Amino acid sequence: MTVPSISRRTLMKGTALLLASTALARQALAQDVPKGGRLVVAADSEPKNLNPAIVASNGVFFIASKVIEPLAEASFDGKDGLAPRLATSWEGAPDGLSVTFKLRDGVTWHDGKPFTSVDVAFSALNIWKPLQNLGRLVFANLEAVDTPDDYTAIFRFSKPTPFQLIRNALPVVTSVVAKHVFDGSDIATNPGNNKLVGTGPFTFAEYKPGEYYRLARNENYWDKDQPKLDEIVFRVLPDRASAGAALEADEIQLAAFSAVPLADLDRISKVEGIKVISKGYEALTYQLVVEINHRRKELADLRVRQAIAQAIDKKFVVDTIFLGYAAAATGPVPKNAPEFYTSDVATYDFDPAAANDILDKAGYKQGADGNRFKLKLRPAPYFNETRQFGDYLRQALAVIGIDAEIVNADAAAHQKAVYTDHDFDLAVGPPVFRGDPAISTTILVQSGTPAGVPFSNQGGYVNPELDKIIKQASETVDTAARTDLYRKFQQLVVADLPLINVAEWGFITVARDTVLNVSNNPRWAVSNWGDTALQS
Amino acid sequence: MKRAIFLLRRRAISAIPVLLIVVIFTFFLLESASGDAVDAYLGSIGGGDAALRQSLRESYGLDQSMLARLWLYLSSLARFDLGWSVAFNRPVGELIAERLPNTLLLMGSATALSFGLGSALGILAGARPGSARDRLLSIGSLVVYAIPSFWLGLVLSIAFSVRLRWFPIAGIETIASGRTGLARALDISAHLVLPVGALALIYLALFLRVMRTGMVEAWKLDFVLFARAKGLSRSRIVLRHVARNALLPLVTMLGLQSAAMLGGSVVIESVFAIPGFGRLAQEAVNGRDAPLLMGIIVTSAVLVISVNFLVDLVYASLDPRIGASEGGA
Repeated sequence: MTVPSISRRTLMKGTALLLASTALARQALAQDVPKGGRLVVAADSEPKNLNPAIVASNGVFFIASKVIEPLAEASFDGKDGLAPRLATSWEGAPDGLSVTFKLRDGVTWHDGKPFTSVDVAFSALNIWKPLQNLGRLVFANLEAVDTPDDYTAIFRFSKPTPFQLIRNALPVVTSVVAKHVFDGSDIATNPGNNKLVGTGPFTFAEYKPGEYYRLARNENYWDKDQPKLDEIVFRVLPDRASAGAALEADEIQLAAFSAVPLADLDRISKVEGIKVISKGYEALTYQLVVEINHRRKELADLRVRQAIAQAIDKKFVVDTIFLGYAAAATGPVPKNAPEFYTSDVATYDFDPAAANDILDKAGYKQGADGNRFKLKLRPAPYFNETRQFGDYLRQALAVIGIDAEIVNADAAAHQKAVYTDHDFDLAVGPPVFRGDPAISTTILVQSGTPAGVPFSNQGGYVNPELDKIIKQASETVDTAARTDLYRKFQQLVVADLPLINVAEWGFITVARDTVLNVSNNPRWAVSNWGDTALQS
Repeated sequence: MKRAIFLLRRRAISAIPVLLIVVIFTFFLLESASGDAVDAYLGSIGGGDAALRQSLRESYGLDQSMLARLWLYLSSLARFDLGWSVAFNRPVGELIAERLPNTLLLMGSATALSFGLGSALGILAGARPGSARDRLLSIGSLVVYAIPSFWLGLVLSIAFSVRLRWFPIAGIETIASGRTGLARALDISAHLVLPVGALALIYLALFLRVMRTGMVEAWKLDFVLFARAKGLSRSRIVLRHVARNALLPLVTMLGLQSAAMLGGSVVIESVFAIPGFGRLAQEAVNGRDAPLLMGIIVTSAVLVISVNFLVDLVYASLDPRIGASEGGA
């Protein structure tokens, strides 16, 4: 996969020019960057389990990815969009029943023991497959891992498993942990989940709850040129307004994951010595989705769903709610996944008059108060933008005579109401696209998911044709045929609107000018930062 | 001394039913909220499947009945065991012991400052009710009182940390500095100036106004008239007769405010990134961590009861009439 940089630029056009210029400057410096120094970074949460082999989530990766490495990391210019980490090469068998990884020689764990294929086999069979939230799906058919020598691991599958899926999943689901740390213990309660032992460029030095995580330079890192920094300190700053102030006061040098609120970016970008960067999140694209409860009879009617899609002004949403740091979505696969993306799908242009017309013709007459029917709308509480979009959607629906009542709740209550109790008509959700439609995208529309599974088909949508394509794609080993099936998947979803994709967005990094080599891969914030340096 | 012991014993006995009611009430309040720790956790890690959800629920004991869990909690509480935090995966007692000192330091300093400065300014205002000085102080205090504490915190940090760079912007001490002894104490003090200032300013206004009102009332009392008739100096009347009388309601309020300040410190701890008790409570709520939240509420209740006990003692020593009959028993 070659990542066409044009689509990235157009997607994040707000700061594209600024980026292009700083990227060139960084490239020139990359040859000879200074060594040493402490980088202080804003962190907004303290995950209770810091082991990325068990919990594959951005909050965990943000800290753990510097200590524990995956087999491969996402890359802007590498083959298939990947750069080697603990594996130097990977190859799938034509029958889809095995994948062979060649592992890096001369790697040692932070406690001095050598890294071998046994660690990979242990991580895969004892952690990724049975315990990890996303690995349970990707490695569902993993049967055995052969280790013919210390530097070869052969994954064997009981059913043909598409190599394309394994490859795309590598950065997210393959964090390798040491067998000697976890073997023979209860993995869930092992202290190694929080006192990380890895192979990465930084060692886990200290955690002071409520204050900071400190990572120290790994003197024995396999890449002799790295790391450039002596220390990374993740400073816990729960209040978003303080992250911006801390950057201005130079108490922290970097804030990732939009820790500085979008509304403050314009002001802070004018502060001397601070730059705003929208690059580096291409492989972590979040999607703004209107989730629909198909159990509700009006919403089971395609015409109503089409009318809702036409009532939403995507451009307004991108410009006003995301202040331009997002792109309008066309379907369930974002443009940042060019391997799968297709623009050849039905479109629903913003046209409230046409939407009203459809609803009139469909027999949903406006009452004396102008309303056709009432709906319960639950915006997810995870981001400011999902809540703001909830407010917008209420107004947009009012224009076409649908009276939506907003119900706000905290994370636990929202999860329970939408995913377990199905107590909603419309919900606003922020699912993440994780490199391959099979990882966390098809589950949004596939039928048969039991109640209580987060970010799944909570609307009870059933479409046998779509289910068939999803199943076929999950078994298709041929990359081109599999890609084609996912194009068809997008077309079907957009035609029948089980949910409405409104926008897709990445996060924003704000950093001092002194931080070098920022955002140089599509998962930068959750990558190892081995080449990140500080200009003294 | 005898009176103090008597009060302590009576307080300790009445505290047990109070705590029990607080625990049971909180438990059912948390139960009645939709969603639990597993819902919150799965949301925060971006998903999982049905089997993962079930096994998490079992490991947290959430698959047991509500009454079984309440009984389990109460019996461990009786053994002074606060339980296991789901969100932090650590013992609740340990978490509280780690965070409480920071909050006590913050609250203690802020209370001392707002009480001291507030009563002093209240004396100034109440010494000549209706004077220009009185009106200036009264209006000024009203303005400060009306400011939301998070906003005041942000304004202070932008002015004194970002612009002037006089004080550190956040945290309780310089991270990973390795300072000890006096150097560390000075470092912590520097970090506390802004949060304590922000928290104290809000409550200062309350103390000022109560003190002033008490003074205005006291001026009308007979013994003050008598003192004036005797020809005592004005400053002596203000301090010995008027202010001392006006101090009593202030002490009562000190007890009440200790609970309110615990709430106020949640906001300030968040703005200034101080790893304190209030922020722990916020994290417990976000994670639907029932054992941790219960532990926090029990500890807060004990704290408020203790502060009120101390207030009673101070009150008794200020006003000999209070507790006199019981003390004789």
